[in-house]
Amino acid sequence: MKRITARLLAAAALVSVPAMLSAHRMWMLPSGTVFSGPDAWVTIDAAVSNDLFFADHQPMRLDGVKVWQPDGSEGKLQNPSTGRYRSVFDIELDKPGTWKVGTAMSNVMGSFTVDGVEKRVGGRGGPPRPGMPAPLSVADIPANATNVKITEVSNRNEVFLTSGAPTTTVFATTGKGLEFAPVTHPDELVAGETAKFKFLIDGKPAAGLKVTVIPGGKRYRNAEGAVELTTGVDGVLSVKWPTAGMYWLNATATDAKTTTPRATERRMSYVTTLEVLTP
Amino acid sequence: MRASNLVLIGGALASPAMAGTITVTIPAQKVAEYHRPYVAIWLEPAGGGAARTIALWYENKKTGKDAGTKYLADLRAWWRKGGRSMTVPVDGVSGATRAPGQYTIKLPDNIKPGQYVLNVEAARETGGRELITLPLTVPNPAARGSGKAELGAVTVSAR
Repeated sequence: MKRITARLLAAAALVSVPAMLSAHRMWMLPSGTVFSGPDAWVTIDAAVSNDLFFADHQPMRLDGVKVWQPDGSEGKLQNPSTGRYRSVFDIELDKPGTWKVGTAMSNVMGSFTVDGVEKRVGGRGGPPRPGMPAPLSVADIPANATNVKITEVSNRNEVFLTSGAPTTTVFATTGKGLEFAPVTHPDELVAGETAKFKFLIDGKPAAGLKVTVIPGGKRYRNAEGAVELTTGVDGVLSVKWPTAGMYWLNATATDAKTTTPRATERRMSYVTTLEVLTP
Repeated sequence: MRASNLVLIGGALASPAMAGTITVTIPAQKVAEYHRPYVAIWLEPAGGGAARTIALWYENKKTGKDAGTKYLADLRAWWRKGGRSMTVPVDGVSGATRAPGQYTIKLPDNIKPGQYVLNVEAARETGGRELITLPLTVPNPAARGSGKAELGAVTVSAR
């Protein structure tokens, strides 16, 4: 009985890996995005769940979360705590201007078959798990492997916070992967107005990029309320905000411009949480 | 030559002794916990352009942690339209919050003739927030409006 349960759990874990990639959403929810006064603090919830913004699945790991001050230098994350369903941390916005908080993760994952057995490359990230074998890497693929399918995965998840007048230094891009280059400042969003955000892939406008925008508060309505949008040839997305509130935005792209040996596909994702205010 | 004369005449017309008066009413609220509202009054050129704050009433005595300036962003339209790039206090503009009642504020004498939108925004702790916008012409401004919850009558007259 015990063994069957363990096997079922193992099977469930295998099934849940792709499911997690496709369905569960990683989000950060700041207590606010627009702040005044000399002693502003923001507190941010961070979690992975299906419904926005209800923490009921997994906390977001804070290891990779970084803070960028308005001048572009690295800032300090304070009072971090990871609970059963969500992580929480604070940032003291002690300098005026726009701050950026977020993570940039890249991973290599995939599978291959050797001696009729399918094996996985890449883990789920995070610290090593006791009792579990270390995940295989691309270098571990033997010469006689078949069905090699390796994918590069990169995810960015960022939020923007402004104390006093907004600034744009933290919008500087790196020219690598999928990036957000706002035209409308993300801390100046107003219900009834149209915001424009540019997306770049490797520094070039991401034309025809698929973007999903979902309003928070899912539990208090029937429909998910997701809006599917596409960027124009200039890589610019136009979003008209129907009502004030917190919105989760996710842009995804897939191409074959890989840099990892044996990788054939590159999957990129960008997530941000945007606050829309009443006029 | 003639054009410059016209400009001179225009300049003379634009600076009467008094540009106008704004009257703002803060209504009394039947609530258990009452705090005087933060209020911002500002002018925006009708065709777009920089906002000019005429009055700002906030908790201006409290400093340090949880200073009164912490809640200036709750006047969210004013904050976005220019409050955020202002350094408070401002002489002749900012002051303490006001109790319920009727208040008159002078329109500054040096407002250039033209079309404007007058904005009056109020935000109250444990209460609501309201924004009234009134189109206005300078010189000889005249406008009338009224709020529903956080603001009472707002009138503008030339004198």
